[in-house]
Amino acid sequence: MQNYARVVTCCLLSALLLACSAGESNVAQGNRDGILHFGNGSEPQGLDPHVVTGVPESKIIDALFEGLTRKNPWTLEPEPGAAASWEFSEDRRVITFHMQPEGRWSNGDPVTAHDFVWSWRRALDPAMGNLYAYMLYPVKNAEAYATGKIDDPELLGVRALDDMTLEVTLNAPTPYFLQLMDHYSSFAVHRETVERFGKATDRFTRWTRVGNIVSNGPFQLKDWELNRRIVVERNPHYWDNDTVRLNGIVFYPTENAVSEERMFRVNQLHYTGDVPLNKIPAYRSLPNTPFVEAPYLGTYFYLLNTERPPLDDVRVRKALSLAVDREAITRNVLYGSNNPAYAITPPGTLGYQPPQLFSYDPAEARRLLAEAGYPDGDGWPGLELIYNTSESHRKIAVALQQMWKDVLNIKVTLSNQEWKVYLDSVSEMNFQVARRGWIGDYVDPNNFLDLYITEGGNNNTGIADPVYDDLILQRAPRAATQEERFALFHEAETRLMEQMPIIPIYTYASKHLVHPSVKGLPANLMDFINVKYIYLEDVPLTEFELE
Amino acid sequence: MWRFVVGRLLQAIPVILAVITVTFFLVRIAPGGPFDSEKAVIPEVKAALEAQYRLDLPLGQQYLAYLGDLAQGELGPSFKYPGRSVNELIAAGLPATAELGAYALLVAVVLGGLAGVVASLKPNSAQDYIPMSVAMIGICMPTFLLGPLLVLLFGIHLEWLPVAGWGDIPGDKILPSLTLGAAYAAYIARLSRAGMLEVMSQDYIRTARAKGLPEWQVVTRHALRGGLIPVVAFLGPAFAGLLAGSFVVETIFQIPGLGRFYVQAAFNRDYTMILGTTVFLSTLIVLFNLLSDILAAWLNPRLRAQYGEA
Repeated sequence: MQNYARVVTCCLLSALLLACSAGESNVAQGNRDGILHFGNGSEPQGLDPHVVTGVPESKIIDALFEGLTRKNPWTLEPEPGAAASWEFSEDRRVITFHMQPEGRWSNGDPVTAHDFVWSWRRALDPAMGNLYAYMLYPVKNAEAYATGKIDDPELLGVRALDDMTLEVTLNAPTPYFLQLMDHYSSFAVHRETVERFGKATDRFTRWTRVGNIVSNGPFQLKDWELNRRIVVERNPHYWDNDTVRLNGIVFYPTENAVSEERMFRVNQLHYTGDVPLNKIPAYRSLPNTPFVEAPYLGTYFYLLNTERPPLDDVRVRKALSLAVDREAITRNVLYGSNNPAYAITPPGTLGYQPPQLFSYDPAEARRLLAEAGYPDGDGWPGLELIYNTSESHRKIAVALQQMWKDVLNIKVTLSNQEWKVYLDSVSEMNFQVARRGWIGDYVDPNNFLDLYITEGGNNNTGIADPVYDDLILQRAPRAATQEERFALFHEAETRLMEQMPIIPIYTYASKHLVHPSVKGLPANLMDFINVKYIYLEDVPLTEFELE
Repeated sequence: MWRFVVGRLLQAIPVILAVITVTFFLVRIAPGGPFDSEKAVIPEVKAALEAQYRLDLPLGQQYLAYLGDLAQGELGPSFKYPGRSVNELIAAGLPATAELGAYALLVAVVLGGLAGVVASLKPNSAQDYIPMSVAMIGICMPTFLLGPLLVLLFGIHLEWLPVAGWGDIPGDKILPSLTLGAAYAAYIARLSRAGMLEVMSQDYIRTARAKGLPEWQVVTRHALRGGLIPVVAFLGPAFAGLLAGSFVVETIFQIPGLGRFYVQAAFNRDYTMILGTTVFLSTLIVLFNLLSDILAAWLNPRLRAQYGEA
């Protein structure tokens, strides 16, 4: 018997020893070879820019492909991408893009205006089932084409004047249109490659696989192991290859933020997509901290179903909102990383400042609730709040429940729903109060304010205000100057918050752990990464000793 | 014996068919669909997507079409990962999961068997109580607790082993295998202890001792074969359980296995992926149960006789 024990012990010990001789860390190796090890959140659905939606997908696609413009990560201003320059017509409805003279696909083919015409038709083709087709709706006839009302692609407001000149006609002047050119739904795909593996609109082909895919960005696909890693390497044909400093990036589908943080701590990752909430104080207190946080273009809020009592009464909605101590939530639940929100648009969106019509005001909240017929919570019919499964959503919901109990003496029940169940409840408006978040696709107040137009697919509150619709849909797009446009937005948002169909809680913040060796990766409002500018400095490796 | 095997295989068909049917309709009843997303979906786009996945057909027709595909070994395209078939996803996830399961089983058998046998040799002494208490803790301790604890100790404080990955860094397979194997080791410890206790009181053990064999030879030559029968019977379902239940460990250690796909599929309402993995895993479970029955019969002459081979 003891023999057995001895053999087994020896085996285990030698296995351990073998393991301990593990080579140098990813970060050390990466710093030497110019390879960035990137925690990317989850396995991407795919790499076809007209099929996928989601942040992890966008990070990889941004490395592989390039739109007409590419944002500068410091200023978020559009810089030349596949287009070298562009000019607007007098009425700002026609944009002429001049293609990059040295623009090349990763197989050496030139990137032409025709590539974009073909790709936009593909992106908008109803058969494609592209969930992000609406990003191109500012283009003339795009919506009609995408919804099958017209089927002649020649009518679309995009055409190639010659190989190097692309003309785009818009429905109306769209100040944020150039930003959309950096969104993957507007990217070009390589026609010959797509068609070699199937029909243009086939979602199921193998054209994005390693060895098949041809792309026009700074990097090209080298390796793709499902749920394990995606490796991209420098694209030698990229027109601006001289600016690119990394030799490659390894994307890891780090679904579990806790594991991701541990990988970071032992130098297996340069960058994490997220940081576990409870680790924030420890990281923040480190000297030379790798913790990077910045305001992020998104708002965390609660939807109120204005069609169901007691929330059909604006005084009840306001009472609920005024009774929420947002400072306390951001301080105690979110460890101070986020700013309290009092409107739907995040402050500072292109310089726009949303109105703040109220603040934490328990006395006024009680008065409004009494006026609505529930003095000190008497006769309160009860209220249910739903949120999707997540520890931080739960904490915030519990905090709200307690605040409403303390301030208004009313009972609110919490109901946790699994993600798809929750989505179904929200879209069917089968709730009274529901957690919600909205992340902007582009930096413009319009991206938040058009949520609450009467027919808005994401309205989900039942709020309907013809004056608001008119402001957002008719008057703001026709504004002569940005100041005038913002004034109209401000007026609309003021109307919205007077109706209080939502309870804003906080504005999002991006949170990452970034190894000190990583340079050229500034924090910005879009949490946007321009892989062109990233480089690695060979700094001595740090041990992150927490606690 | 052959009749027994064929009979069991035939029995498996209605079982698997029932699993398919129940799963097929249950996932459709669940609220929310594969194309629901946080941002409202344009109706035309949704219709185009549903047509691409045959979701526009009546449910009964979809069911029959699915069975037709299945008969040809086609599990259909994944909803969540366009461009990937479920067959491909299972093939991609299975190697890591199977490898993890095999190592975990090895850990379970070696550690558990050892602990159980040691405990059974001196029942109701410290030599019994200590391993059995550890085993009880092992059964009670969920993997989502044990995993992070092992990582903290060996990965972060001692820095002996990698904290995550699978086949990326030498030694990164050790902690996941230990974590997943631990609970099963505990079961096996208890099973082998009980089995050994029963055998050790048998006449033939007394005979072996009377021949003057040293105790360790009595155990290894005579007692183990009989004492470990309950363990063998447990191995089949255990391995199937390891394959189907490795999700937590795969998530903690970022292992590219089947379990992660399976659970993500459920969250995403990836109908074909849920069905495909369920069919695949239930077939495996049936097969492994059969295997362990055959193995148990081979080890146990009484059962062999019963199956009509004696």
